[in-house]
Amino acid sequence: MTIPLSWYLIFAAALFCVGLFGVLARKNAIAILMGIELMLNSVNVNLVAFWRYRSPEGITGQVFAVMVFAVAAAEVAVGLALIISVYRRRKTVVADEINLMKW
Amino acid sequence: MALQIIFIFVAAVTLGGALMTVTSRNLVHSALWLILSLFGVAVLYVLLNASFLAVAQVVIYIGAIAILIIFGVMMTRRLVIDPSRQINNTWWLAALLSLVFFGGLSWMLSTWDGFWSEAPIMAVNIDPLKQLGKALVAPDLYVLPFELASVLLLAALIGSIIIAYEKR
Repeated sequence: MTIPLSWYLIFAAALFCVGLFGVLARKNAIAILMGIELMLNSVNVNLVAFWRYRSPEGITGQVFAVMVFAVAAAEVAVGLALIISVYRRRKTVVADEINLMKW
Repeated sequence: MALQIIFIFVAAVTLGGALMTVTSRNLVHSALWLILSLFGVAVLYVLLNASFLAVAQVVIYIGAIAILIIFGVMMTRRLVIDPSRQINNTWWLAALLSLVFFGGLSWMLSTWDGFWSEAPIMAVNIDPLKQLGKALVAPDLYVLPFELASVLLLAALIGSIIIAYEKR
């Protein structure tokens, strides 16, 4: 017996939930970005697993995964630029202390 | 059988690295554990016969994004060793939410009848890389999302330079 699809889906769900915990429970903004990266990777694993197991003669799954790669790279670049800009003004990257827009 | 053992090992390494990423007190250690997780995901792409995506994962995620994250960590440090806590006070709520979400996802996926399917045999004469290359530039396939992704990357490039620009 080879690897059933369920193993990949459960693995991707677990990776997504670890990333979700990282986003919700960490204080540093860059640590939150790392959690977001884990979630994006789990989504990609899901996409490629569905491609392989449902329609390997097509190519839509891989194209979608390539798009997710591009979007993740763009988002990390802009996110880090924002974090560096905030650090220059407020001298902190702890998410609790970036509270100028809170009422 | 060997594939199953490889999958279990790689999945364990990836999830272990991910757990260390989100619980490590040192941010640079977190970034290094993230690199281990990303490499584990690349190995999983090889197991899924998506070899181009495996190489793209290593080059894009580990070679660019993880390095960028380490640069970001180094540029935003106040102290060399930060003794304060890195986890919120309400971390137990986040853990509970994650576990509930995982349970819900797994249960919902298990009710789908394609859940236990095996991998269909891939014909040996199709080349996923060539198909991917053609699909990204063929006018009746995915050239429009491809060009839009380029515009997105251009916008992100210009935007991040302007945001992080330091006037001297």
